[in-house]
Amino acid sequence: MSNTPDDLKYTKEHEWVRDKGDGTITVGITDHAQDALGDLVFIELPEVGRQVDAGDACAVVESVKAASDIYSPVSGEVTEINEALVDAPETVNDDPYDGGWMFKLRVADASQLDGLLDATAYESVVAEES
Amino acid sequence: MPFIPHTQEDLAAMLAVMGVERIDDLFGEIPPDLLVDGLPAIPPALSEMEIGRLMQERSRQDGQPLCFIGAGAYEHHIPAAVWQIATRGEFYSAYTPYQAEASQGTLQVLYEFQSMMTALTGLDVSNASLYDGASALAEAVLMAVRANRKCKSRRVLVPRALHPAYRRTLRTIVHNQGIELVEIPFDRSGGHTAPEQIEAFAGGEFAALVINQPNFFGVLEEIDALTDWAHQRSALVIGVVNPVALALLSPPGVWGQTGADIACGEAQPLGMPLASGGPYAGFLCCKQALVRQLPGRIAGRTLDLEGNPGFTLTLQAREQHIRRSKATSNICTNQGLLVTAATIHMALLGAEGLERVAKACHANTKKLGGMLCEVPGIEPLFDRPVFHEKALRLPAPAADLLRSVAAHNILGGFDLGSDYPELDPAVLVCATEMRTDEDITTYAQELARVVETRSRTPYPVRPKI
Repeated sequence: MSNTPDDLKYTKEHEWVRDKGDGTITVGITDHAQDALGDLVFIELPEVGRQVDAGDACAVVESVKAASDIYSPVSGEVTEINEALVDAPETVNDDPYDGGWMFKLRVADASQLDGLLDATAYESVVAEES
Repeated sequence: MPFIPHTQEDLAAMLAVMGVERIDDLFGEIPPDLLVDGLPAIPPALSEMEIGRLMQERSRQDGQPLCFIGAGAYEHHIPAAVWQIATRGEFYSAYTPYQAEASQGTLQVLYEFQSMMTALTGLDVSNASLYDGASALAEAVLMAVRANRKCKSRRVLVPRALHPAYRRTLRTIVHNQGIELVEIPFDRSGGHTAPEQIEAFAGGEFAALVINQPNFFGVLEEIDALTDWAHQRSALVIGVVNPVALALLSPPGVWGQTGADIACGEAQPLGMPLASGGPYAGFLCCKQALVRQLPGRIAGRTLDLEGNPGFTLTLQAREQHIRRSKATSNICTNQGLLVTAATIHMALLGAEGLERVAKACHANTKKLGGMLCEVPGIEPLFDRPVFHEKALRLPAPAADLLRSVAAHNILGGFDLGSDYPELDPAVLVCATEMRTDEDITTYAQELARVVETRSRTPYPVRPKI
């Protein structure tokens, strides 16, 4: 049973969102996602400054058996990326919600955050998929 | 892995487990109207004896002319041991090494090939080969456009002094990918792509510059100046290089201040016969930072579960079977047999042997050029140093002269007229280590005789205008 913190929001594509409350969010992938992917060997993060639309593929995670796109949950501008993941991609496996954060966005339209799933809704998505 | 045949009993047992009566039942989901019943357009079979006779007759039509043509494929001596070893069953019939535990021999050969190519090019990584030099260049261009983070342009500068077939292939492959190829003219007196002139032709931002060393005319380019210029413009540098020449010339990895980013080319000169144009093998190498953008197979060395060293295909998340449409390329193969021959060839020659071959080619072409230019009306087209090919201006139509010497069993060179009308009449000649002094003298004397006869023979009167 994967870990799904209550204080975060989620997408159907298995990203989590932490709303910083100051117009920015932090994005990563869920415990379920890292478990399904297996040991991550490489992460390609977006460039700081890049403008993304909700649903844009903006990062890629590579494990030994798969390569998966990571989609931006909302529209905005990439403000920061977790450079530590370049040398230690396995951090995402060990600590997906904290040390494994991937990028931060300045949100263009705060109302898009309302469309995200809460922990319970996300858990239903996971249950339905399995 | 040995060949393990099965008996009728084995077949029956397997079918029984699957719950089918005949093998044909396994194809039951193919709609009947799509099934082909025989191959009616194929003529009836000949017996082995008849075919053997037919092929012998055909092979008698093959000549064994004296070859002075280079132009991208070169006749080099291949030690007999190369194909003796490469045709061993273990190498010759080995399949794709996807199952690492059953393919250690194949994977080790690929790893050795990759190691040798990185040593030759002075770069960090090599793949396990591509189809040929031309498609390797196309892959290099696609890779450079993908990988260039500093410049989003999809324009790539390509010298006109690059092999015409490479330019055509490149256009075919990248055409529908939205990549614009910008042709850079060559200098008419030097035959090179002049660094002082290139800025004017660049026309704005570009993702990559292709540098061909030596270029199609055999001329040596200013690789350092061109590399630095491109890097200053935030572009990547792709070197298209001859592997034999690399035994003597500065390798792409040390061009300019920081080295070329990608190097590619044709591996045919390493142990592969001319064979009417193929099969050959392309090579592609790059700096470590670009390794995840490298297409094709890569063999890697690693430790197994028990800590023993072994080899495996690696970084497979670049490839189609994982990335599908986002893979670095549609290629999912390599030229395993040719690469095996190339690796054995390089191992037998060694670095010193390869250098001797290169020096002999250079010396022989110099001799050839010198002797041919003693013929009235024949002179060098370009004044810059060359590796092992030389472009010569002719006093008469190239096709006529080449046909005349062909009648004496000499392939005189590559007619430059159709690809470079501005140089017509002209020919590109090459003398590898296989051409003896006698061969070269024979050609020079024959050509001199042909030219002289033409100048004597009365022609229809031409107007003096």
